[in-house]
Amino acid sequence: MSKKLIELQNITKSYNGVVAVDNINLSIRENEFITFLGPSGCGKTTTLRMIGGFEEPDEGDIFFDGIRINDLPPYKRNINTVFQRYALFTHMNVYENIAFGLRIKKVPSKEMDKRIKRMLKLVDLEGFEKRHVDSLSGGQQQRVAIARALVNEPKVLLLDEPLAALDLKLRKEMQIELIDMQKNIGITFIYVTHDQEEALTMSDTVVVMNKGVIQQIGTPVDIYNEPKNRFVADFIGESNIIEGIMHEDYLVEFSGKKFKCVDKDFAKNEKVDIVIRPEDIDITTPENGLLEGIVTSVVFKGVHYEMLVESQDYEYMIQSTDMQPVGSEVGLTFNPEDIHVMKG
Amino acid sequence: MVMKLIKKIYMSLIFLFLYAPILVLVVFSFNESKSRGQWGGFTLKWYAELFRDRDIIKALYYTFLVALLSSIISTIIGTFSAIGIHNMGLFGRKTILNINYLPVLNPDIVTGVALMTLFVSINLRLGFLTMLISHVVFNIPYVILSVLPKLRQMNKHMAEAALDLGATPFTAMKKVIIPEIMPGIITGALMAFTLSIDDFVISFFNTGSGVTNLSIIIYSMAKRGVKPSINALSTLMLITVVILLLLINKRTTKGDELLP
Repeated sequence: MSKKLIELQNITKSYNGVVAVDNINLSIRENEFITFLGPSGCGKTTTLRMIGGFEEPDEGDIFFDGIRINDLPPYKRNINTVFQRYALFTHMNVYENIAFGLRIKKVPSKEMDKRIKRMLKLVDLEGFEKRHVDSLSGGQQQRVAIARALVNEPKVLLLDEPLAALDLKLRKEMQIELIDMQKNIGITFIYVTHDQEEALTMSDTVVVMNKGVIQQIGTPVDIYNEPKNRFVADFIGESNIIEGIMHEDYLVEFSGKKFKCVDKDFAKNEKVDIVIRPEDIDITTPENGLLEGIVTSVVFKGVHYEMLVESQDYEYMIQSTDMQPVGSEVGLTFNPEDIHVMKG
Repeated sequence: MVMKLIKKIYMSLIFLFLYAPILVLVVFSFNESKSRGQWGGFTLKWYAELFRDRDIIKALYYTFLVALLSSIISTIIGTFSAIGIHNMGLFGRKTILNINYLPVLNPDIVTGVALMTLFVSINLRLGFLTMLISHVVFNIPYVILSVLPKLRQMNKHMAEAALDLGATPFTAMKKVIIPEIMPGIITGALMAFTLSIDDFVISFFNTGSGVTNLSIIIYSMAKRGVKPSINALSTLMLITVVILLLLINKRTTKGDELLP
């Protein structure tokens, strides 16, 4: 574990009486790739902007390297940002955009030139120095924005939905490039997105937020496999969320039957929510199934079929390469470790 | 086919109606004969006469001095006002913009008389200074209206991006915001300059102490009887304003609308 770089303590921020961020506690380590994930209006961008210095928290403290920075203006923070839609300076060419921060810091021109050349190489834009930023494609503008931020050698790079404006293929490429970049230069990336797949692909740590409150902090694998509540389970990937009762340790009841599971430490007969991922359910014959149902819809998704199976009290979504036609009676099976029990 | 012809004829008639008076004015400014309505051959003598008239030279000097100073002052005030308005909340912005429209739509004569009343009531002697102030006043709304669209087009994080890269708010304004909206500022300045040269009514009420501009000179010359040199002077003003308007048009057709 590397050391803590940024600490948010009891941060609250509201706009005109509407709470945007509600009592957040979070620490961010050095060299960490951390992602704030959530639907729009969940407070992720507000949190990022407070770290960048563009907003001041109403309550609570922000520490950077152990020093309280609540009211430190952005130009005095060792943090740089890649903004939504990049906010490149349209009256300057690529070189001048990247040089902007260095000129302000009065970096000697020889060193400045060296650093800009190195950045252009890093973002694969050598030879674009004299180009006007308006003449670049979205992906190229994106790279200029990253270079303009990174050339200042910040300890932390903030990225506010940086790939939202790019098409799918380019977005996938840039995701990989960003991960490589972060590993190579070894600084902290704080990334904001509403795209759960992007968050899972890129991050060391994912912070899931909703309505200004942190729902769960964890590695992508934790967040996916062990969602803490209904919101996280629903927001991250596809899931079947069924209401049930936890009878005792390792025994849960839902859809009218009792099942073995791997969860424990709930109160006796506590009401719970059960998550089963669509890819964890297998289709079999009705006699061999743990549950029975009728297929109500089949959609071909490329790698697999997505089927809806209406059982006694819940419509299960199943992702499988094994297709059963609409109307057929099927059985559903899953293993005890595929059942994830959450507090209801 | 016939429809097309009718359309063309109709359009020509309208243009003729609009521009015939101006055309006559320009043609007669080169007329050798002193009488109107009779062509006596081509001459430039009326133009030459203009530049021997000391009153006219003085008025020319004041016209351009007021236009230059008022466009500079109103551009500075208007630009910063536009930036302020742009950063206001929705309600404040709408209110201020409507107040801003008022002088644009207000009849010049009302603006002119109102300013004169104000100057007289605070015992400011009418003259160069009052004329300059009044020109600054009526120019500011136009500058605001030409700068605002540029601010709206700008990425809303532009200022923050500059701060993020280490610029103080002052540097961000100087190195990023002002250069980004410069096309709008220049358009606004040209517009102010043109309107100032163009103005008669407001200037007429707010000057004195022997300070006049070209419009006022033409007016007073016309009262004494129309001389061909009036035509010559009017032609020169026309050419100046047309050139300025062409410049403004060329700038604004690049995708910006002057009025929101």
